Amino acid sequence: MKDSDTLRGDRIPKRVITVLASTGMAIMLFILYFLLREGLPVLRHASLGELLLGSYWYPTYDPPEFGMFPLVVGSLAVTALASLLAVPVSLGLAAFISEVCPRSLREIFKPILEVLGFFPSVVLGFIGMVVIAPWLQERFSILTGLNLMNASILMGIMIVPVVASLAEDAMAAVPKDLRDAAYALGSTRWETISRVVIPSALPGILQACLLGVMRAVGETMVVLMASGGAALVPRSVLDPVRPLTSTIAAEMGETPVGSDHYFSLFFAGILLLVITLGINVAAMWVERRGMRWRG
Amino acid sequence: MPAATPKFLVRALNLHYGEHHALKNVEMDIAPKSVTAFIGPSGCGKSTFLRCLNRMNDFILGCRVEGEIKLDGMDIYAASTDVIALRRKVGMVFQRPNPFPSSIWENVAYGPRLHGIRNKTVLQEIVESSLKGAALWEEVQDKLHTPALALSGGQQQRLCIARAIAVEPEVLLMDEPTSALDPLGTARIEELVRELKERYTVVIVTHNMQQAARISDMTCFFLMGETIEMGPTQEIFTSPQDRRTEDYITGRFG
Amino acid sequence: MKTTRRSNGSAHASQGAGTLPEVRAGRVVKDKLVTALLWCTMGGIVLLLGGILTFLSARGAGVLSWDFFLEPPREAMTQGGVYPAIVGTFQLILVSMAFAFPMGVATAVYLVEYARDDFFTRTVRLAIRSLAGVPSVVFGLFGLSFFAVFLGFGPCLLSAGLTLGCLALPIMVGAAESALRSVPQDYRDASYAMGATRWQTIYKVVLPAAFPSILTGGILSVGRVAGETAPIIFTGAAFYAPHVARSLFQEVMALPYHILVLATAGTNIEMTRPIQYGTVLVLLIIVLGTTLIGILWRARLRLKNVR
Repeated sequence: MKDSDTLRGDRIPKRVITVLASTGMAIMLFILYFLLREGLPVLRHASLGELLLGSYWYPTYDPPEFGMFPLVVGSLAVTALASLLAVPVSLGLAAFISEVCPRSLREIFKPILEVLGFFPSVVLGFIGMVVIAPWLQERFSILTGLNLMNASILMGIMIVPVVASLAEDAMAAVPKDLRDAAYALGSTRWETISRVVIPSALPGILQACLLGVMRAVGETMVVLMASGGAALVPRSVLDPVRPLTSTIAAEMGETPVGSDHYFSLFFAGILLLVITLGINVAAMWVERRGMRWRG
Repeated sequence: MPAATPKFLVRALNLHYGEHHALKNVEMDIAPKSVTAFIGPSGCGKSTFLRCLNRMNDFILGCRVEGEIKLDGMDIYAASTDVIALRRKVGMVFQRPNPFPSSIWENVAYGPRLHGIRNKTVLQEIVESSLKGAALWEEVQDKLHTPALALSGGQQQRLCIARAIAVEPEVLLMDEPTSALDPLGTARIEELVRELKERYTVVIVTHNMQQAARISDMTCFFLMGETIEMGPTQEIFTSPQDRRTEDYITGRFG
Repeated sequence: MKTTRRSNGSAHASQGAGTLPEVRAGRVVKDKLVTALLWCTMGGIVLLLGGILTFLSARGAGVLSWDFFLEPPREAMTQGGVYPAIVGTFQLILVSMAFAFPMGVATAVYLVEYARDDFFTRTVRLAIRSLAGVPSVVFGLFGLSFFAVFLGFGPCLLSAGLTLGCLALPIMVGAAESALRSVPQDYRDASYAMGATRWQTIYKVVLPAAFPSILTGGILSVGRVAGETAPIIFTGAAFYAPHVARSLFQEVMALPYHILVLATAGTNIEMTRPIQYGTVLVLLIIVLGTTLIGILWRARLRLKNVR
């Protein structure tokens, strides 16, 4: 084989690989393009203010109303409550696995957590319907157990494995040197965790929490099945809500392609994408800051 | 110069890591307010022994300690011994400088805060005196609230010493404190160690025999988990009693 | 961390006069309390997982039978089995992996073996990370507007499978990338030293060495894809399809969507509860079974690499 042949033989695979590697980029661009293409037309019928701040979501009425404020609030409410429940538990688990757990048990607990993370959301939603809903209904004598509380508990269960495993990675990456220093100064284990390990791992922990929140905002099945589906701004944690994701999933099936309702659901998709991408960017920013701070 | 009452008194100390017999029948007296150096080839057990003195080996899985170590006459491996209190009395400085990723001030104040000092003025005094004690005050007094990791390696190591003495220990264990430093940083630490013995009992592990000769009062030579010879540094380096010590310090092995 | 020790020192303990500094009351107690709390948290999670699995198995096991696995739903889905949904789920997995596996591996090969730190590489990385954060229902919207409407596939196995493939791509890239990175540089150097080109090195040395880990990554991605519902609701999952799809352009039933349908839109929700539990159990067996195989295999590979 001549040299030029060898080189050509090397150049073609490189080009092919490079082209294939652009797939992800292409998909991301296509997602943005198609969401905008199918979502922006709704602005012909409703102003941005009406869409974002209108309190009435009656897309099938005549004339329809596309106020997404209750949907956005629903999404944020479930996310906030779920994070409130899940973050402390997740950090506890992370600290446990990274700092307290004997090494032999670690190899069992980590996969258990991982398996929990693989639970299909539709199964958790189902559990919300058949277990949590009747319990809530009876316990608080309310009309329906499908509400903000129910969805948040399930969502919490969904994001615990995500946050815990990422936070555990961050804590485990804290150099052993620092723990030695803390113990040699007479710290108890908890003092070492709370004053040395957690502060040192803070950028990673923060990132873990952000990615958990991102997951919660975008999660669909749990809220579709367990949140009750009323497009109202909730006044208590026992009120039903209708987040953006479940609205899309529930209504897209019955909407003719190209109708205003169809466009408005894509617009809801744009909102979701903006929120999740925003959180993702924040997570990357935290990561970069963390690296710089470490020197 | 064996003192009347040794700070540490070690008798029949054996340590196993699982199957490995890492320390064999170690016996030793360590005099107060002096510098004792442990020398020996790597893997000889000198660091392991040092870590017995403040029970840092407790964390190592499958590590078993037999025998006795007495600090001021008190068995530190007794069931009733509070490890937290022990480590407050026996401070430690590590091979690589390991300041916490926070400010210089926070680093030094860490220990005192653990032990319940909250008053800012008191803390400030402790930070200042500890940094002075570690010969770092002059260099950092204007930037106490900047990140500790911005300091040079030698400065970081002196900060770690300041952090260790801030809890007012009586003993300072140093595990090859200059092995990660440049010659200048090393010289400053050595100078500091000579000052520190005015107030503390210093036990230092070093792989550098010149260093041991320069700074220590007593030297102990470790080999394969045994203490081969211990005595005043002068004697060890000029007229070693044991053939193996002589071979080691004359550079015939290790 | 446990230390076992025997001491003969207690006999001498009385003679000394040494004291240790006082430790502020409460510090050790607090430490013990927090440690106990952390153990309880972990215990709680284990109980939760065990509880869910036991509950679902207890309710669902009675329904499982060969007929349930091998029969289509009957009588407006109030009776019969889930055969088409099982097959449909596997078909969706196949289509999605046929897309995500090669694309993911190729992207990872680019990132690990070819990429320089330039604008293109950074954009690829950014895109993959963003893709990982896109909500699954937004993938559904994209699949609907792009595959089903724009490309004219209609709602079908191909649209739904490709939509799932897009969702699986970032997961696959991550898995393949870490697999490739764990191949020692020595292997590559040895190959170059024998005069191999970069592609020959990748193809003959790096990929074979990384392949087992890449495959476990693929298995774990399957676990993710198999349970996804939102992306397929409007891209090709059928409410009811008595027959197994014979072409890529037919709609398919899928277990996750079938659960949703039975539990929220079935003809008689209360009456079909047993079937719902059964379907949930089948889905769980498939998803967690796949995941478990992936996890165990990965653990074995790691063990081998350590040796």
